[in-house]
Amino acid sequence: MTDRVVDARGLTKVYRMGEVEVEALSGASLTIERGEVVAIMGPSGSGKSTLMNILGCLDRPTAGEYLLDGTSVASLNDDQLAEIRNHKVGFVFQSFNLLSRQTALANVELPLRYSGTANGRRRQRALEALETVGLGDRVLHRPTELSGGQQQRVAIARAIVNDPAIIMADEPTGNLDSKVGKEIMATLLRLNKDRGTTLIIVTHDPLISEQARRIIHIRDGQVENSSGGGV
Amino acid sequence: MSLSQVLLEALESLNSNKLRSGLTVLGIVIGVAAVIAMLAVGNGAQASITGSINQVGTNLLFVFTGGHEDAGMRNARSITLADAAALVDPFAAPHIQGVAPVLQGRGDILFAGETKTTDIVGVTPSYGPVRNISLLEGDFINDDQYYGRASVVILGVEVADKLFGRRDGLIGESVRIEGQPFRVVGVLAPQGGSAFGSADNQVVVPLTTAQARLSSRRGEGTVDIVFIQAVDFQAVPDAAEEIAQILRTRHRTPIGADDFTIFTQESILSTIQSVTGVLTIFLGGIAAISLLVGGIGIMNIMLVSVTERTREIGLRKALGARKRDILIQFIAESSLLSLIGGIIGILFGWLISFAVGRVAAATGNEFNPIVGFDAILLATLFSAAVGLFFGIYPANRAAGLEPVEALRYE
Repeated sequence: MTDRVVDARGLTKVYRMGEVEVEALSGASLTIERGEVVAIMGPSGSGKSTLMNILGCLDRPTAGEYLLDGTSVASLNDDQLAEIRNHKVGFVFQSFNLLSRQTALANVELPLRYSGTANGRRRQRALEALETVGLGDRVLHRPTELSGGQQQRVAIARAIVNDPAIIMADEPTGNLDSKVGKEIMATLLRLNKDRGTTLIIVTHDPLISEQARRIIHIRDGQVENSSGGGV
Repeated sequence: MSLSQVLLEALESLNSNKLRSGLTVLGIVIGVAAVIAMLAVGNGAQASITGSINQVGTNLLFVFTGGHEDAGMRNARSITLADAAALVDPFAAPHIQGVAPVLQGRGDILFAGETKTTDIVGVTPSYGPVRNISLLEGDFINDDQYYGRASVVILGVEVADKLFGRRDGLIGESVRIEGQPFRVVGVLAPQGGSAFGSADNQVVVPLTTAQARLSSRRGEGTVDIVFIQAVDFQAVPDAAEEIAQILRTRHRTPIGADDFTIFTQESILSTIQSVTGVLTIFLGGIAAISLLVGGIGIMNIMLVSVTERTREIGLRKALGARKRDILIQFIAESSLLSLIGGIIGILFGWLISFAVGRVAAATGNEFNPIVGFDAILLATLFSAAVGLFFGIYPANRAAGLEPVEALRYE
């Protein structure tokens, strides 16, 4: 028996653009085991962003079923989705998306604030997360005082601070040069190895995807095939 | 998130754009300060007017010639000295303590080349006790001077200042009123401004003398006004009824067609209070409009802020913020703006009221604006309500953003 952390069947998403209906996803199905490293690839307009939004519980599918870590997501309301995002999903964005006015520590603490973790414990866990990504000595710096790579590390620390089931990384190295990009990928892969966190990376960089154990290709709103990665 | 965290974060966010937050707060400051100052000035005016009326005495009544409705009145008669004398009747009018008929006029008073135009008040000796007159020096007009039509005068302090440049040692001096020589027998104590003009710019002479020498209505025996003192405050309505009875009998007028009017302090007081009350509400209303404008300023800024921070809102939602969390965050910011504005506004309003009082005192009018606790409470509640009301719409807009779209927003 396998432990499926993502189990999606027939995911369909239809957007209404005025009079026209656009089908961004048309019956995509996929499963991801706990502890896997999966790359999602596809040309732009293929629906991979939509798929990622649904897998990350930022959006609901128009039709289809999605079990995230055993919880059926499709029927949840906004607040319940927010809670799922808070507890089960960690996001890493291409443009880091840190709050520029706040320190690295405060940024990492943010998800814990929304889950209502007590002050002292929150600080401790945020410090641990920053330690894990190798930024233990920069906790009180603001994003503007950090390099791009360091900022992305803060974002990774923020993603893992609530110990999520999956980390969704959307082009995590897209804004970084290749050397720093490699370091970021190394950090993510190390987290996967040490903690067993499932890693889903959306990218169109073959150098990134070949570090994944499995690549999911998306084309025209459907999962085209799943192939083994380079590892 | 706990309340202190919410407030701290809101403060941080407002602090990150000081100029903008400052200008928004200024709108509320002006509104609240205007409300406080206007209400204070209104209340002060009311208190000052009521105070000057109370100074005159609340057990005082006034009787004037002329009814409420002149039309259809036949044989209308003026009030005369004989009418006034008839009111002094312990049997028909037991509630009346004193009666003081007065003949009023205006004229020039002259001493050593100095002239002053002043109110000339012709009185009986009873005027002193009825109007509660006090003198700086000398004695009030006595019966001998009254019946003897003596050419004696008591000066108001303003008149004394103008003619002599001093307020004492004037007894025995001779002045000319409308060309006639009068001997000074006293100086009135200063009373300050009242609702009926300055009581210090007047001279008091015996009524008989005024009739004989100064009035254009010589020998008619009519008077302009009769001051009547009731035995106490509670007796005022009874006294008014007794006056009406006696005058109706003497003038032979049917009930309902009086040719005289009785004023009580009470009726004047309530009239003035309602007038100043309306004035206060009017001023406060205008001030409230500026508070409303301040509130719209808050709403405007919060809407801009929501648009600017769309990505931040999307991020917060992606990290697990519920609708409620975002709503609270933005309402906290707008409420904080209006709260800070309210506090500064109260201080400012109080300062303005204080300044108005000082200016009034400097120009010689005794006038104290009253910053009431009710005005402060009203302004605080109102500004808080403004912050909440105008904050809810932008906050709702922020909370309702779809995380996907908010994150994609450039």
